Amino acid sequence: MELLIFGSLTDIIGTNKQVLDNPVDTEMLKASLLKQYPSLGQVPYFLAINKTMVQGNHPLQEGDVVALMPAFSGG
Amino acid sequence: MENQQRYIRQMILPGFGLTAQENLARARVLIVGMGALGCPALQYLVGAGVGQIGIVDPDLVSESNLHRQLLYGPADIGKSKVAIAAGAMQLQNPAIQISTYPIAIERQNALDLMEGYDLVIDATDNFQAKYLLNDATAVLDIPLIYGAVTRYQGQVSVFHFPDQDAISYSYRDLFPVKPVDTISGSCESLGVIGVLPGIIGCLQAAEAIKIITGIGKPLAGRLYTHDFLETSNYEIAIQKNHQIQTMTRDAFLLSDNHAMIDLDEIDVDEVSVETFLELKNKGDVFVLDVREREEYPPIDFSDAQIPMSELTQQIDSLPNKDICVICHQGIRSVYAAQQIQAKKSVKTYSLKGGITAYFNKTT
Repeated sequence: MELLIFGSLTDIIGTNKQVLDNPVDTEMLKASLLKQYPSLGQVPYFLAINKTMVQGNHPLQEGDVVALMPAFSGG
Repeated sequence: MENQQRYIRQMILPGFGLTAQENLARARVLIVGMGALGCPALQYLVGAGVGQIGIVDPDLVSESNLHRQLLYGPADIGKSKVAIAAGAMQLQNPAIQISTYPIAIERQNALDLMEGYDLVIDATDNFQAKYLLNDATAVLDIPLIYGAVTRYQGQVSVFHFPDQDAISYSYRDLFPVKPVDTISGSCESLGVIGVLPGIIGCLQAAEAIKIITGIGKPLAGRLYTHDFLETSNYEIAIQKNHQIQTMTRDAFLLSDNHAMIDLDEIDVDEVSVETFLELKNKGDVFVLDVREREEYPPIDFSDAQIPMSELTQQIDSLPNKDICVICHQGIRSVYAAQQIQAKKSVKTYSLKGGITAYFNKTT
């Protein structure tokens, strides 16, 4: 599955795109990202699977594109 | 309508015509923020013939605004943004009635300011204002055209306006709780290239024109993100967060007193290096370093180090005495002190200028 990273999260993860071995679901994905990048715990963000926002836990399938979207505040 | 010739090139567009132009002339739009988003949004709405426009911004023009806020020039430095912008726009289109509000939008004045406007453009640059605008437009049930940028990416969406399935969304569907404005993670500000908020501000004006005239498909229910470096965009379908309660007027006006404490409104005592040394030498304060572990230089005058990224989980482990928070430059530490103060009833301080100031003073 492909991970797209937006806004300030690219500073934390260090890239705007990653290919990951399929995590089972979005909770596992978030947990493994948080373990790897503890600063993610400080930044509110939401997930979108294949361009649709998701709330709560969702299963992930091969070929899914997951976007991590933080809040933008500048102007 | 007077002076139809002025608008002839847009009136001959399919689906536009005299009716759309008359709708624009009757429309009343409030733009909050007269910076890099507000300037282009205002210019295009004035050009297109939006009849009444209110502009809100307490700021004065400064030199570092000029690369991206193109309504202002060097001669305007130190002058009111809304006054200069209104003057320039009056020359561009004398038929437009522009009201200027050289004040900050606040919980106490937001509803009054918005009353009588048909839609609001969020051209602000901080979460505090963005949530305030979102909640106030929710109360009044008027569309909000949201725009924001972060470094090389910008976003637009339309809230409190029905999408094709007649569902309206709120910014709180995306992020239920307001993030803290200093959360950037570093003490440096992010930087911006002028054309990016220019693009976003123009998109906001375009959304306003679409909503007013009823043409096309506004961005309701869709979060549109533009990437400057790649010249690409990414659109996400927003989903309703059913845990978000409907915002009522009473809840809006009272939300300062609600359980959810607004961190930005917690006052932190920012102390100089001298005051810090006095407090520390008297043993009156617990000194907490909130830098991440890899940050340089190591210091020997703190009582504990809890990186910002772990602070919320560890606030309870802090002692019940006054706490002075320190970081690299004294920005994160203010936020950390606010968090601590919100959770523990202890006095908090933040070392102004951070460890940088400390070493400048003591070495």
